[in-house]
Amino acid sequence: MLVLQTLVLGPAHGHTIAHAIEHGSEEVLQIEHGSLYPALHRLEDRGWIASFWGTSDNNRKARYYRLTQAGRKQLIAQTTRWDQMVRAIGRILKPASE
Amino acid sequence: MGLGRFFRRAKWDRERLEEIESHVQIETDENIARGMPHGEARAAARRKLGNSTLIREEIYTMNTIAFLDTLARDLRYGLRMLRHNPVFTAAALLTIAIGIGANTAVFSVVNSVLLKPLPYPKSEQLVSLRQVAPGAAGLASFADGLLLSPSMYFTYAEHNRTFQTLGVWTNGSANVTGLAEPEQVRTVAVSDGVLQVLGVPPVAGRWLSAADQAPRGRETVMLSYGYWQRRFGGDRSVIGRNISVDSRPREIVGVMPQGFRLVNAEFDLIVPLAFDRGKLILAGFGFQGIARLKPGVAIAQANADMQRMVSVWMDSWSNGPGTDPRIYETWKITPAIRPLKQEVVGNVNDVLWVVMATIGLVMLIACANVTNLLLVRAEARQQEFAVRAALGAGRGRIVRELLLESSLIGLMGGVLGLGLAHEGLRLLVAIGPANLPRLSEISMDAWTLGFTLALSLVSGLLFGLIPALKYAGPRIAIVLRSAGRTSSVSRERHRARNVLVVAQVALALVLMVSAGLMIRTFQALRTVEPGFTQAEHLQTMRSSIPESLIAKPEQVIRTQNSILERLAVIPGVSSVGFASEMPMEGFGSMWDCIFAEDKTYPANEIPPLRFFKYVSPEFFHAAGTRIVAGREITWTEIYGLRPVVMLSENLARELWGTPSAAVGKRIREFPSMPWSEVIGVIQDVRENGVQERAPEIVYWPPMMNNLFGPSSLGAIRTVTFVVRSDRAGTESFLNQVQQAVWSVNSNLPVASVRTMQEVYGESLARTSFTLVMLGIAGGMALVLGIIGIYGVISYAVSQRTREIGIRLALGAQQSELRRMFVRYGLVLAGIGVVVGLGAAVVLMRLMKSLLFGISPLDPLTYAAVPLILVMAAVLASYLPARRASAVDPVEALKAE
Repeated sequence: MLVLQTLVLGPAHGHTIAHAIEHGSEEVLQIEHGSLYPALHRLEDRGWIASFWGTSDNNRKARYYRLTQAGRKQLIAQTTRWDQMVRAIGRILKPASE
Repeated sequence: MGLGRFFRRAKWDRERLEEIESHVQIETDENIARGMPHGEARAAARRKLGNSTLIREEIYTMNTIAFLDTLARDLRYGLRMLRHNPVFTAAALLTIAIGIGANTAVFSVVNSVLLKPLPYPKSEQLVSLRQVAPGAAGLASFADGLLLSPSMYFTYAEHNRTFQTLGVWTNGSANVTGLAEPEQVRTVAVSDGVLQVLGVPPVAGRWLSAADQAPRGRETVMLSYGYWQRRFGGDRSVIGRNISVDSRPREIVGVMPQGFRLVNAEFDLIVPLAFDRGKLILAGFGFQGIARLKPGVAIAQANADMQRMVSVWMDSWSNGPGTDPRIYETWKITPAIRPLKQEVVGNVNDVLWVVMATIGLVMLIACANVTNLLLVRAEARQQEFAVRAALGAGRGRIVRELLLESSLIGLMGGVLGLGLAHEGLRLLVAIGPANLPRLSEISMDAWTLGFTLALSLVSGLLFGLIPALKYAGPRIAIVLRSAGRTSSVSRERHRARNVLVVAQVALALVLMVSAGLMIRTFQALRTVEPGFTQAEHLQTMRSSIPESLIAKPEQVIRTQNSILERLAVIPGVSSVGFASEMPMEGFGSMWDCIFAEDKTYPANEIPPLRFFKYVSPEFFHAAGTRIVAGREITWTEIYGLRPVVMLSENLARELWGTPSAAVGKRIREFPSMPWSEVIGVIQDVRENGVQERAPEIVYWPPMMNNLFGPSSLGAIRTVTFVVRSDRAGTESFLNQVQQAVWSVNSNLPVASVRTMQEVYGESLARTSFTLVMLGIAGGMALVLGIIGIYGVISYAVSQRTREIGIRLALGAQQSELRRMFVRYGLVLAGIGVVVGLGAAVVLMRLMKSLLFGISPLDPLTYAAVPLILVMAAVLASYLPARRASAVDPVEALKAE
């Protein structure tokens, strides 16, 4: 979901995605960059993202990923479910504040 | 997971590698930008990334079908293992190949003969119109039951409700003249309906039609494909031409296709029966009936329909004035319609299934042997398995690899076996056991290939499973700890092999008992007096004098008489004669009931039917049939039309108690016939084959005033000549015999030229075929069983070398040690024998129909076979035991 979210803004390569997740979460989510690739592969496998070879900002060859139509739908669905769950958990943890 | 991805997985991996590399590059660039030194920047980037190989592997396995991937690897590994153990591989492959080859060959025969439908369209609708007449005593000696009479044919054809079409046919022979040398050819005579029932269209011209069946119409004939090719070179213009059949011109109207057989008859010509309806009577039961059932009609319904028509038949026809058609009610004529396939296949059914079963047992023994080999090898490879298990190979993986290896052996053995079976079948068809029906149809088809494949895989898994389950277990520690130790192996570890050997011995015993019973059957058959002597010195040949060639009966006899005279002067000939047929020749027989002068017969009851034969003077002398009382007929009596007759011994005893009492008594066939005096009583003859009881026979003169009914002078025109000579069967002799016939009349063909030994052999063919097949199976079983015992004992010896060394060092006698191992082998064999005997007693009942003159529990066989097996077991265990006693204790203990 996080990967998909980072791709909403436009195509990116693995390195960008990794950093985007790290920075976006204010360094709370520290991921081993390597584990990103199997995840990317799995997403591509399911047809939620597509990949192509391109050139990075500093002229390095890099593989870019972009969100597909199915991926966009999936992201919306997952985000909705996540929000629901967060709300639900929140209600259980802090019933008084309601 | 798509297969496409599976095959593209290498390319994927390269891409990932590049991608990860680019990731590291970008990270390094950024680190350098942050001011890190170059080397450190790259290392940091790598650290950040993690283990790149692991990442690749993770993605790689996502893309692969793990099972297939490792399968290919295991397959290569298995092949390598087989290649590196050539002796083991050769032994296993050979055993399996022979087993599968034998099974495939026998299965092809079973499939082609018993399972495949007959080569006619919608052949499941075809039936043979058999009927039995339990009330007609004496008929039991005729294997075909009660054949149909022409009047029955017309009744059934016109009144039935259950058949689409039906017809009757019979086979015979005819002389074709005017083409080359006069030739006697095989004919089938068919009524209208027979070709329509079978439904096989001609390759040229047309079928015989209803118009061809008109008794005084144009005479027509159809050719077989073989005859058409042989005589006319396949020339299509023969349609419409005339050929001379039995000296009458017949127009060729059609040719039947290659391989077409009329039920089980091979033929050269098909001629119409052309019954004259006006002259038909009830009797004349000489024709086979075939029919095509209407769709959906069951055999039981057809039987009921035919039963109803038997009554219609008795009401519609007569045997002439003063006779009572209802007399046939006492015969209790009962339809016994059966599928045509059963008719064609006949009694070979039992034989083939028994052979199939025995060959299947041989396969089991072969599997047991290979299992044993695999067990030994698995034992040797325990270390390897343990190391691999320690390195993380799963139990499933090792099991699978072992099974793969055994399946490989199975499949490779199967391929070799197919080759063996192919050659074996060619050999079988070349030898051509005369009594095997549908021989020309035997071939390997898709079913056979499927059978072989299934057999290979199943046997591969079967003999692979036991070692796989036994040795793939998680016993790493035990094995590794005991590695290199040559301590004696516990009994428990031998158990699987011992059980296998016991099973092998038991199966071998069953097979050998069955082979033994067949040998005893064969012996019993050989001691039966067939009713002729020194068959190999008896030359027989068949010849026919058609009415169109010589019309007068007396002239026919004179011609036959002159032929005998010419034959008698051939050098080396000791005696000659002729008869309407020789024993076991199986030509359509003549039969009727007889009445004795001094007996009274209740009205409305038909006495038992007797087999009729017509013989020349000196015939019994030539054939070697004993005259029990009285004498043979003379030429004077024949030419003088004197009413004399000879009887078989069993008939004479039945009527008058003793053979000598019969001489001088008088009998006749029907009331308007003069009484014939019994002048001789003849030894019983096994007319229908050695296995069948000798029928009661009446021997008439070959020319009589009442041959075919009241006061119609007639002579037997088709006879078998028999010539006794040491030179029988030789080329020069056959030439002289033929010349002798042609010197009397050059238009006379000679057919069925063979020695009586061949005829006799054919009647034993079923038994000898079974004997040979079971003998082969029994022999294979014995050899495999011995190898099994030998293998187990020698393995035990090699495993216990150290124990033997200690025993010797402690002062054990060598002979004592030998005895120990022989005793081990004997115990195994003994248990196997006991188990096998139990199985044999039960199973041999199934063979009962194949046996003759002995019981399925024949004591001699049951004593001899275990003895042979036990002796073989002693030998098989003595050889390795001798090696045990030759162990040098010093060496054995030093080897530790």
